[in-house]
Amino acid sequence: MKTVMSVLAVLAVIVAFWYAACVPMNIKGVLDAAERAGEHVTPAAARDRRDAGALGLVAGNTFVIARSWSVDRPRLPAPHQVAMELWETTVEKKITSKRSLIYHGKITLSSTLLGFAIGTGLGVLLAVGIVHSKVMDMSVMPWAIVSQTIPIIALAPMIIVVLYSVGVQGLLPKAIIAAYLSFFPVVVGMVKGLRSPDHMQLDLLKTYGANTAQGFWKLRLPSSMPYLFASLKIGIAASLVGAIVGELPTGAVAGFGARLLAGSYYGQTVQIWSALFAAAILAASLVAILGLVERLILARMGVKS
Amino acid sequence: MRDVLSQTEIDGFAEVSPTAAEPVVKAQDLNLIFGSGENAVHALKDVNLTINKGDFVSFIGPSGCGKTTFLRCIAALEQPTGGSLTVNGMTPDEARQARAYGYVFQHAGLYPWRTIAKNIKLPLEIMGYSRAEQDKRVAEVLKLVELEQFGKKFPWQLSGGMQQRASIARALAFDADILLMDEPFGALDEIVRDHLNEQLLQLWARTNKTIGFVTHSIPEAVYLSTKIVVMSPRPGRITDIIESPLPKERPLDIRDSAAFIEIAHRVREGLRAGHTS
Ligand SMILES: Nc1ncnc2c1ncn2[C@@H]1O[C@H](COP(=O)(O)OP(=O)(O)OP(=O)(O)O)[C@@H](O)[C@H]1O
Ligand SMILES: [Mg+2]
Repeated sequence: MKTVMSVLAVLAVIVAFWYAACVPMNIKGVLDAAERAGEHVTPAAARDRRDAGALGLVAGNTFVIARSWSVDRPRLPAPHQVAMELWETTVEKKITSKRSLIYHGKITLSSTLLGFAIGTGLGVLLAVGIVHSKVMDMSVMPWAIVSQTIPIIALAPMIIVVLYSVGVQGLLPKAIIAAYLSFFPVVVGMVKGLRSPDHMQLDLLKTYGANTAQGFWKLRLPSSMPYLFASLKIGIAASLVGAIVGELPTGAVAGFGARLLAGSYYGQTVQIWSALFAAAILAASLVAILGLVERLILARMGVKS
Repeated sequence: MRDVLSQTEIDGFAEVSPTAAEPVVKAQDLNLIFGSGENAVHALKDVNLTINKGDFVSFIGPSGCGKTTFLRCIAALEQPTGGSLTVNGMTPDEARQARAYGYVFQHAGLYPWRTIAKNIKLPLEIMGYSRAEQDKRVAEVLKLVELEQFGKKFPWQLSGGMQQRASIARALAFDADILLMDEPFGALDEIVRDHLNEQLLQLWARTNKTIGFVTHSIPEAVYLSTKIVVMSPRPGRITDIIESPLPKERPLDIRDSAAFIEIAHRVREGLRAGHTS
């Protein structure tokens, strides 16, 4: 109960801060509108207001503060505006509608999951190779690290174009970009996990005359499970980012990426923010599901948690 | 296959000469130096020792005298830097591949994700025993270490002493002729320790295993062993080898006998000499 209260208190502080930030962010637009409606604002000239500090304007025109939370196209939308947009575009819209966030979410989710599956598979395979082969350790690991230093935003269009030229389009190119981001944490975590058994445990297997495969299945793999799940949680969030980035260069017809891009074309900040929140909620749910699977598997393995 | 062979070997041997000693472990001028230059540690220096089939050999000596290192050499977990070491006439590595060893470490080292029974099955799975055979052997050794009730429990549900018994059961589950035990009872209380010592002796008498046993306790070494190897550190070497005159049958109160006290005294003298030199 106490922790619930604390969590709610933190949330309240964040929301209050957000509302407060809306005022200076939106004040100029609000004042322009008020002036057009014939109200008296200070300073009266639009040119003077352009150069004035936002906080000074707020101090001089306290009567418009409430209006900055319900601007039509705000610079920074207020929390309730985003919440209402989210409600309207998820619950009140038909799922098949192009304006439904559920519709866009499903598209982003499918490339996220496919990319996550590819990335995890690739990451685990690479990790197994790296742990068992010194050559792979020295040749693959540096490239895996280098791959993550290239900004994905620069790489994504190239991947789309190259794949398009060989006739691959649709879900797969986006999934590959998602996989590109998600394989790395899996490699790193899995390598660490597969190497986590201590010397004594490895020595014990040696005295049984166990071969490498038996050592892998009976000791290394089970030992790596907690590490694997930690990386999977990072990996799936990275995969979602990759899927969204992958939607941008294709002209962004559908998906959260499309909502973000369309929103910024038309200055629809509320739409941008609601798409961002939808993506964040989706990521949090995916991580939570992985956490649940982890608890189930580790409990079945008998590990005390 | 190997079991059949070794069994006929034993039978054959028994017919020819029942008392002849059959060397299992043979170390000649064994040396092991860890590292090099300034940081070199002479862990074993000119170690000569023969362990015969059916021997119960205890290694005793101050910390750092190379007891663990010697056991690890026998089990091919450490590579000697000089001298020769054979196990059953083979190199330690070949003997390991022939699954000659059961090793009990100081820490139980059970897999936390396996139940006690499953932990004991681990070597059996690796060595390819049939399912039925696995279950039969697990039940047997669980009974031997008095953990019948705990097969389905996970390691964290057991006390440290029980975990150690489980790890001994694990080493007993397959037919290794040589049991290497590195301070297996170090963490147990006196009563449990006495009890396990008795059980270990019974087991040894029944199975004709060869046992190498590291301990810091003089009474434990004298009570258990047919041969006591006293070692001293820097460099790690053998300072005395004592053949025990005690009979194979050993009730716990043998520890009050004159013969027992005399051997214990000699071991203590050996340890003291190693300390002052
Ligand atoms: N892998 C290693 N690398 C370097 N030095 C080592 C290594 N293993 C052991 N040593 C050194 O070799 C010496 C003998 O160690 P060992 O573990 O055999 O001693 P021990 O007799 O078993 O001692 P204890 O009673 O404390 O267990 C010690 O000085 C130790 O520091
Ligand atoms: Mg030791």
